[in-house]
Amino acid sequence: MIIARQKNIKDIAAMVEDCEKVLLVGCAGCVTVCLSGGEKETEILASALRIMRKLAGKPLATSTYTATRQCDPEFLTPLDGLVGEADAIISLACGVGVQYLAEKYPDKWVVPAQDTLFAGGATEHGRWDEKCGLCGDCILHRTGGICPVIRCPKSILNGPCGGSQHGRCEIDKDVACAWQLIYDRMKALGRLQDLTAVQPLKDWSKARDGGPRKALREDLMAR
Amino acid sequence: MKYLSKLQAVLEGGHFAVTTEIGPPKHAGAHGLKYTAQILKDFVDAANITDNQTAIVRLSSIAAGVHLLANALEPVAQMTCRDRNRIAIQSDLLGAYSLGIRNLLCISGDHQQFGNHPTAKNVYDLDSIQLVNLMSRMRDEKKFFCGEEIKEYEPRFFIGAVANPFADPFEYRVDRLEKKIKAGAQFIQTQGVFDMERFERFMELVRARGLDQRAHILAGVIPLKSWRAAKFMQTQVAGMIVPDALVDRLKNAADPPSEGVAVCIEQIKYIRENIKGVHGVHIMAIAWEDIVPEIVKQAGLYPRPEVVLD
Ligand code: SF4
Ligand code: SF4
Repeated sequence: MIIARQKNIKDIAAMVEDCEKVLLVGCAGCVTVCLSGGEKETEILASALRIMRKLAGKPLATSTYTATRQCDPEFLTPLDGLVGEADAIISLACGVGVQYLAEKYPDKWVVPAQDTLFAGGATEHGRWDEKCGLCGDCILHRTGGICPVIRCPKSILNGPCGGSQHGRCEIDKDVACAWQLIYDRMKALGRLQDLTAVQPLKDWSKARDGGPRKALREDLMAR
Repeated sequence: MKYLSKLQAVLEGGHFAVTTEIGPPKHAGAHGLKYTAQILKDFVDAANITDNQTAIVRLSSIAAGVHLLANALEPVAQMTCRDRNRIAIQSDLLGAYSLGIRNLLCISGDHQQFGNHPTAKNVYDLDSIQLVNLMSRMRDEKKFFCGEEIKEYEPRFFIGAVANPFADPFEYRVDRLEKKIKAGAQFIQTQGVFDMERFERFMELVRARGLDQRAHILAGVIPLKSWRAAKFMQTQVAGMIVPDALVDRLKNAADPPSEGVAVCIEQIKYIRENIKGVHGVHIMAIAWEDIVPEIVKQAGLYPRPEVVLD
């Protein structure tokens, strides 16, 4: 899923400094799971902003709504009745949600409450790790199910580099060397032979380098 | 036999090669490079010029190489994968060749987080093994990376790569070296050797696979000025093994820099006499380049062989 983290509240407050009424929109998708932008976080952020502004002698009125998913237009329809008087909309979704709101309400000031971080998953309670760089051309079948594109800071396809020691990456002792993991797993699977081939250059045109991507499922599209 | 460079001629002539390393300045002046080239030119066969080493911006490796050439010292330009995509790399390879550079060392490059622009966007479009592979293809098949033909003046480099016997996983280090050789690496410079025992084990595996017959292996050595420098290598530099005994030896020395030189000379002699399959040394005297002639002389590696290039 997409992992996001709330921005510093001072930064969020600064984005809506000149507003008197704001609508905060949470999302019940990924950001609820990673506990950064669901219904609960939306309410907490709204009251925190109100308190801050009250202390500053410039009260702020807030209203809140949490969409099932901000990345799907059909779930945004209920907002039509809520955006009316708001001077700004604060989105607590990932960057996709923010852009959907901005597109849907072209005359509204829409701001992000979160930094969208990466595609990852929970590794323990309260910790999420990046696992995939969404490169558009998955090679996990060649690397024992561990992604070097994103989990190796140098995206080496023929690793490990000379900085790998004791299973740790040269950039940080807290980071596992992806290539040590790949090696260990391939060894356990009896597939070390696979790692002796010189890997070809990656086709980055399928990644973001090829421009914004789209995915089509013609069987699902209206004719 | 037509050699691409003096370094290749020395190695293929069966001589024990000596290379060193020069870090270009953090400014646009070439006087320091000229001075260093004058000091080193008679004592080494070629000098590597680092490519924004530890991700710190410095005068470009290729430009520095041209300054060395002008001062009679053969350069080994380094090319990192960190800073350039495949378009910039090929363009720089053509440029370097047109300027007379003939030795090239392919490395992934230290991550930018270690340098003076930690917030930079890195590239890593290809890795060092892919780079070796593509360079030999440019030379031998006259093709750009994309497959398009290089109609004339294909760049003809003597291609080098690095190996680190002290990084993990140990057993895979030799596989990876083999991969580099398979990709086209003709000479290999290793990380600085302090742990002889591990280096010997590494070379045993190298010899068992005949890799020393397929590429020239130059062992890296690093003269240390002080025990602090040794401690720093031991604790702060990724992929290095520095024994405690060495740290202590420098700590107890009356004159640490000359002790450091003595250690380095011992290491070179030991490697040359006892470890089969090593074809030279690569002396990395970080910010202490002017000590290199002394080391070369005392290690019995002076004068350097004369080679003729046609
Ligand atoms: S190879 Fe690409 S798609 Fe597969 S996990 Fe890595 S970044 Fe994601
Ligand atoms: S240490 Fe491992 S994960 Fe880190 S950059 Fe090197 S190969 Fe990649």
